[in-house]
Amino acid sequence: MELPLDYASLRLIWWGLLGVLLIAFALTDGFDLGVGALLPFVAKTDEERRMVINTVGATWEGNQVWFILGGGAIFAAWPFVYAVSFSGFYLAMFLVLSALILRPVAFKYRSKRPDRRWRAFWDWALFVGGFVPALVFGVAVGNVLLGAPFRLDTDLRSFYEGSLLGLFTPFSLLCGLLSVAMLVLHGAAWLGLKAERGPVQARARVFGTIAGVASLALFVGGGLFVAFGDLGFRIVGLIDPSGMSNPLRTAVVAAPGAWLDNYTAAPWTIIAPVLGLLGTVVALAGLWRRSEPLAFGGSSLGTVGIISTVGLSMFPFILPSSIDPASSLTVWNASSTHLTLFIMLGVTIVFLPLILLYTAWVYRVLWGRSSSTALKTNPDLY
Amino acid sequence: MIDLAVVDLSRLQFALTALYHFLFVPLTIGLSFMLVIMESIYVMTRRPIWRSITRFWGLLFGINFALGVATGITMEFQFGMNWSYFSHYVGDIFGAPLAIEGLMAFFLEATFVGLMFFGWDKLSRVGHLFVTFMVALGTNLSALWILIANGWMQNPVGATFNPDTMRMEVSDFMAVLFNPVAQAKFVHTVSAGYVIAAVFVLGISAFYLLKGRHRGFAKRSMTVAAAFGLAASLSVVVLGDESGYALTDNQKMKLAALEAMWRTEPAPAGLTAFGIPSLEDRETHYEVKIPYVLGLISTRSIDKPVEGILELVAIAQTRIESGVLAYDALERIKADPTDVGARGDFELNRRDLGYSLLLKRYVADPRDATPDQVVLAAWSTVPNVPVMFWSFRIMAGIGFLMIGLFATAFVLCTLRKHETRWFLWLAVLAIPLPWISTELGWILAEVGRQPWAVEGVLPTFLGASSLSVPQLWATIIGFTVLYGALAVVEVGLILKTIRKGPFAEIDLFGLDLAPATPDPTDGPDRPAPTPAPTVA
Repeated sequence: MELPLDYASLRLIWWGLLGVLLIAFALTDGFDLGVGALLPFVAKTDEERRMVINTVGATWEGNQVWFILGGGAIFAAWPFVYAVSFSGFYLAMFLVLSALILRPVAFKYRSKRPDRRWRAFWDWALFVGGFVPALVFGVAVGNVLLGAPFRLDTDLRSFYEGSLLGLFTPFSLLCGLLSVAMLVLHGAAWLGLKAERGPVQARARVFGTIAGVASLALFVGGGLFVAFGDLGFRIVGLIDPSGMSNPLRTAVVAAPGAWLDNYTAAPWTIIAPVLGLLGTVVALAGLWRRSEPLAFGGSSLGTVGIISTVGLSMFPFILPSSIDPASSLTVWNASSTHLTLFIMLGVTIVFLPLILLYTAWVYRVLWGRSSSTALKTNPDLY
Repeated sequence: MIDLAVVDLSRLQFALTALYHFLFVPLTIGLSFMLVIMESIYVMTRRPIWRSITRFWGLLFGINFALGVATGITMEFQFGMNWSYFSHYVGDIFGAPLAIEGLMAFFLEATFVGLMFFGWDKLSRVGHLFVTFMVALGTNLSALWILIANGWMQNPVGATFNPDTMRMEVSDFMAVLFNPVAQAKFVHTVSAGYVIAAVFVLGISAFYLLKGRHRGFAKRSMTVAAAFGLAASLSVVVLGDESGYALTDNQKMKLAALEAMWRTEPAPAGLTAFGIPSLEDRETHYEVKIPYVLGLISTRSIDKPVEGILELVAIAQTRIESGVLAYDALERIKADPTDVGARGDFELNRRDLGYSLLLKRYVADPRDATPDQVVLAAWSTVPNVPVMFWSFRIMAGIGFLMIGLFATAFVLCTLRKHETRWFLWLAVLAIPLPWISTELGWILAEVGRQPWAVEGVLPTFLGASSLSVPQLWATIIGFTVLYGALAVVEVGLILKTIRKGPFAEIDLFGLDLAPATPDPTDGPDRPAPTPAPTVA
């Protein structure tokens, strides 16, 4: 059967879609994670905490699906990446899952009992459920940039030769902290839009400002690491963008500094890091001038820029191998078949707009600030 | 060689997390549709009691839904974490339904479930009913897609092995979608979910009636549960998932194992109602047979025989022998991808490649296997017969009990004898039964699939990740502690919510959720002077 789109284009589209999913996750569930991490610090009394929880209470669940869909989409479109990364980062994934498992229960169960210790416990569970995933996701991205210690045998079975603690290098920790700072800024900006005016907002502005400044510094620091540090990979020899998905048929070498190659080969890509910096600056300006939409718009743009920077710097690599560069997974050798990519694109074209449509409707219905007076009259609130 | 300890622990972890997840999901699937029914009655009659009914069961739905979601996150990533080679080997086919499940189902249920709880005062009556319906649709669609994925593991249609990428690749997506095994599983599994929800509502309503509390509320809930449960329990038994059992060698083996049927049963095959299967003798002692029934169920005929374990093992042996030829050709292709002769040899025997992989349990290279190892591998295609035999009988027995329970409930509700005490006791005691039945159903389907991860394609032990035993113990202990604690919290909250009853929030918030002219039986704990109308 002749498909209307060629294999190479489909791979490129699915690389883009992977980015779209990650960005959508960071933009939506990102502020839920940020609000969770901020909860014990910006809200002191029980009423304040409930008010903060209810800024995300009705919508966090839908937002989290971007993460679950991310897993499913990687499985369907990039099965090698799914197989190698999640088994390799095994205990780190377990940490993330445990932290994320706490969230649905914490939201739902926290206010079901008046006991103070019960509520304090779930408040800290929400903190863990926000902070730990944000940190580990960043650390994981750092390790992807560094290359993961895996090799493939001739059956294409993956063997991972690293440990949990081995994931925490200076560079990957920097990435982890950048991720936390970026999402805390985003969460603080969200509280600006959705929390009632008062002491919670003032505290959120302080923490948001600290996070924004940290985010700028860490992003620049990451850039210096990439420029002068010992990381980067390059494909040598021929690339067949329409070839069969067999990673062992690509010749790859470690090449420090290679993560900057794309910025000279395609200068327009510089937009991404510029957006990362500019967006964060705009967010800070918004916080400073007390313009909530400006702050949230800025933190959103900054998030888009920072995540795109990672993807564009590495292209066409998705997951390089540090111990056996020839096993590296790229856009051209780690995808599903032509047919699967095509079918999944069709399904996505139908359902993604639908999802955006009804998500927008739900946000519209729930429009307006969370308030602590509503807690006394509305039995539905958390 | 594969570390078999890692494989066993990975299987243990998968079974624990899946069985645990499966405690919450069927209730979510069924209760969401019961909420739609209750809320529809509210929208049509505009009686506030139905709003209270919907909200109360919705409260319990929410507590249960939270854990279903929480444990579902694990499932989505566990394939990659623990079953890395499986994920690579079949990801081209298996990943698609999982991704579609996210796009079509998870977003629907998760986006609307927030509005279902927070939107009561923000939406019109019909608007809110629409939201509840979207949640129900989402949960049920999610069952469809995960069972299409699971059905493909039981009956891998529409895919072929590609020697260049060392994996299965999709050739006919429609065949994957309309896999008869998947269709049968979907109907069977969601019906089981409806039964669980109906028993849950019936049992808790019966508890209130025994205590003489919230009688107007309880009678109405009971009536909905009786009707919904009767339809569901009939469907779960009649549309059992045995219709797919005649399709493949492994499905036939599954049938033979759950029947503990060692030899081929000539037509018309009889069903073993009772017996003691023995692994050592390869015999089933003290058999009691019901003639014709098995042939009717599994072949939908009275003139076809049903194959027994010994015959199926002999077939497996020949397939292993031909599979070794495919394996040899594949190794030659790997050494030289341009070897045309090897590709020709591979084409001849490709159907049996998976069978040769069974030998890897005993020998690193299947081509070096001794005849004894071939026999061992052929016998490894037999799943655990006593587990299958007893799981099936308990599961099916509970299924028939459920029909009896709901038929009685239906008659009593129709006669308006809601408060028949002996029946109320039975209804309370029956609450755990459908959970036992569905968990056994999972065991039957998944233990019955062994030794295969994907039938005839990839043995389970080859699918595992290259992890270490300490890593697995860390996560097994971690999940067990976390899940155990959450289970205690969840059960505690459900019991507390039941104790507080359906009108607690009216008392607590001083809200008048029942503003219209009240029905005499509507108010909190007001005794009903007349028998409640069946559906008011």
